[in-house]
Amino acid sequence: MSAAEILPVIWYFIIGFAVMMYVLLDGFVLGIGILTPFADHDDQRDLMMNTAAPIWDGNETWLVMGGAGLLAAFPKAYAIVLSALYLPILAMLIALIFRGVAFEFRFKAHRSRWVWGVAFAAGSLITAFMQGLILGALVEGMPLTGGKYVHAQAFAWFSPFSMMTGVAVVFGYALLGATWLILKTEGRVQRIAFDLTRPLMLAVIAFMLLVSAWLPFVNSHLMDRWFTWPNFWYLCPVPILTLINAAALWVAVIRNRETEPFVLSLCFFLLGFIGLVIGIWPNIVPPSLTIWQAASAPSSQLFVMVGAFIMIPAVLGYTAYSYRVFRGKIAADAGYH
Amino acid sequence: MTEALLLSRLQFGFVISFHILFPAFTIGLASWLVFLEALWLRKREERVRDLYFFWMKIFSVSFGVGVVTGIVMSFQFGTNWAGFSSAAGNVVGPLLNYEVLTAFFMEATFLGVMLFGWQRVGHRTHFFATCMVALGTLISTFWIISANSWMQTPAGYELRDGVFYPVDWLAIIFNPSFPYRLAHMVLAAFLTTAFVIGGISAFYLYRGKFPEKAKICLRCALVFVSIVAPLQIIAGDFSGQEVRENQPAKLAALEGHWETGSNVPFVVFAVPNEDAQRNDYAWQIPHLGSLILTHSWGGEVKGLRDFPRDQQPPVTIPFFAFRFMVGIGVLMLLISWYGLWKLKRGTVFDSRWYLRAWMAMTPSGFIALVLGWWVAEVGRQPWVVYGVMRTAEGVSANITSGSVLGSLITYIVTYLLLFGFATWYLIKMLRTGPVPAPPRARTIPTAARPLSLGDEEMGERP
Repeated sequence: MSAAEILPVIWYFIIGFAVMMYVLLDGFVLGIGILTPFADHDDQRDLMMNTAAPIWDGNETWLVMGGAGLLAAFPKAYAIVLSALYLPILAMLIALIFRGVAFEFRFKAHRSRWVWGVAFAAGSLITAFMQGLILGALVEGMPLTGGKYVHAQAFAWFSPFSMMTGVAVVFGYALLGATWLILKTEGRVQRIAFDLTRPLMLAVIAFMLLVSAWLPFVNSHLMDRWFTWPNFWYLCPVPILTLINAAALWVAVIRNRETEPFVLSLCFFLLGFIGLVIGIWPNIVPPSLTIWQAASAPSSQLFVMVGAFIMIPAVLGYTAYSYRVFRGKIAADAGYH
Repeated sequence: MTEALLLSRLQFGFVISFHILFPAFTIGLASWLVFLEALWLRKREERVRDLYFFWMKIFSVSFGVGVVTGIVMSFQFGTNWAGFSSAAGNVVGPLLNYEVLTAFFMEATFLGVMLFGWQRVGHRTHFFATCMVALGTLISTFWIISANSWMQTPAGYELRDGVFYPVDWLAIIFNPSFPYRLAHMVLAAFLTTAFVIGGISAFYLYRGKFPEKAKICLRCALVFVSIVAPLQIIAGDFSGQEVRENQPAKLAALEGHWETGSNVPFVVFAVPNEDAQRNDYAWQIPHLGSLILTHSWGGEVKGLRDFPRDQQPPVTIPFFAFRFMVGIGVLMLLISWYGLWKLKRGTVFDSRWYLRAWMAMTPSGFIALVLGWWVAEVGRQPWVVYGVMRTAEGVSANITSGSVLGSLITYIVTYLLLFGFATWYLIKMLRTGPVPAPPRARTIPTAARPLSLGDEEMGERP
């Protein structure tokens, strides 16, 4: 095997890892935002935001890593996907702007405080929905003509399936957010989070089943790999583990455990993500652009790969360090004042 | 199609001009915070710590806006410039990815410790976090200037079927214009911050508020600018030499030279007339152009008429932007050197008009910086990769002008809101000023839970 064959495979996993890190880490921060309307009053909202204030920026950076990684390793995929999904990407970026500055502005504001409460909640909700929509549109596929995506319609991504995946991701992130709050808070906020977790869990399981049932009817043949014999036998640990995970999560929440729900929610997402990655492989843009067709020059992939192999462990190291610094339950007066 | 191109260019120009204000300010401010915290660790003076906290809050708001507008940039290449991304992704992508890997994560992660960790980590660890944030801003500058410089002076590549393939990474990263432009940009960022620090401190002194703290800041800013402003003029001169060599059309545009010749004059003022390919109302100093640009009395300088019309950059914007930028640079030099003299005589803090001059200069760095970028970027036109790939070839083929118009309006409205609110909160922080910062608790009170073993370590460390 030559470098031109192996490197794209390695990069598929590096970008997959970055996107997964983003979904898990920013997923719970966006989830907090989606859940802030359920708080009783503003002090609780402050508390909820403060659980993520020191770490949200690092979490969001994984999205930039995914984007820059795609440009470096699969420039054709980067160009096709982002220009085809122009408006959803725009909506996501604008929502991320309001969500992000809300962390800074809310604690500087007095009269305009409510503005940033709304910006945080709406920004998180719209970001989550748009990410789900983008995922759905990608799964449905972008058929290419002569190596180019010539669909010059601004709303080509609009479909029942992509709307549904948008809503599904909102519920998924909300589950991550709720279980994070169980882990990081106490008292009333934690109670609210517990109460929200149960319906959210049911909704997420329902959406997972719905997506799985819908996928065979999606045109991109994304799930052919899953439903051909004997692949299904090799791959069946994934759905089985997902079921076990769902049951364990349910039990942990019923028993009012504090740590397990968050960990199990992360695992839930991880399994769903693995299922998706197996389905998309070896395409980077379904239904037909493979990782080898979209790959950048081997020299480019090799050059950044060296950096990625050195830096990603370092990044994980100091990310872990910062989570350790801010471990434990959040104090009511946390902040830098 | 041409509409989508024009709108995409306007959008990119708008979002990048807005974005660069914040990183430029925070590059300088992060290093200023390192300086303040180091000073505090040495002297343990309350007022220095108060200053640290004051500037840290200003840093956090500016950095926040920089982060969110920066994410927009990292997607912009794909949404609007898919042609460029497909063609140059091999080269530009890795540079941007190295920026994320070596700078963004570090900044973002240690920023959390810096902003929220005062009560949770030891002083030295906190100082380390501040240093990492500052280092991150500088590493980030390194990569982004490298990528942009490669677009100005592409090197180390070969072109096959319209796609750039890397041949020599060192030649790509350290392309011909990179060292000069990196120096010019870092100094510009430092100057920008120094004028904000000096201007705000002058404002406090003018109003008689926080005099002791404001004097520390203004003195630092003044001495700093008096050293860096001349260095910046030298760096600018080097950059000009490099542009003359590698991007002669850009140089001709920013100087307003239409005809190639030796003994070219320096055009002080003119109204460039692109249709007639000459200057109207020109007021110029003979020989000075050659002297400045070639460092010799009769050096030859290429004129715009030597380039076909479709390879000439627009002249008006680079021409005027360059003149204003240089003018601001000269003002910076004058105000700081005059201040040095006043500092020696001990009259700097009492001179009302001099304080007002500093107040007026508060935004000068931002203005010069954006003007300088306009010179660089408009002057590069009509190329996106200078001399090789046209901007028109870089735009996404499958976006509609309606989409881009919608996004442009959305960005303008969003950014104006951001700018308005950020400015408002910054003014509020300025009104509060460098008030006494909270003392460091020896232990952290957690909400209703006895301290865990780890928490007890968080007291003062030797």
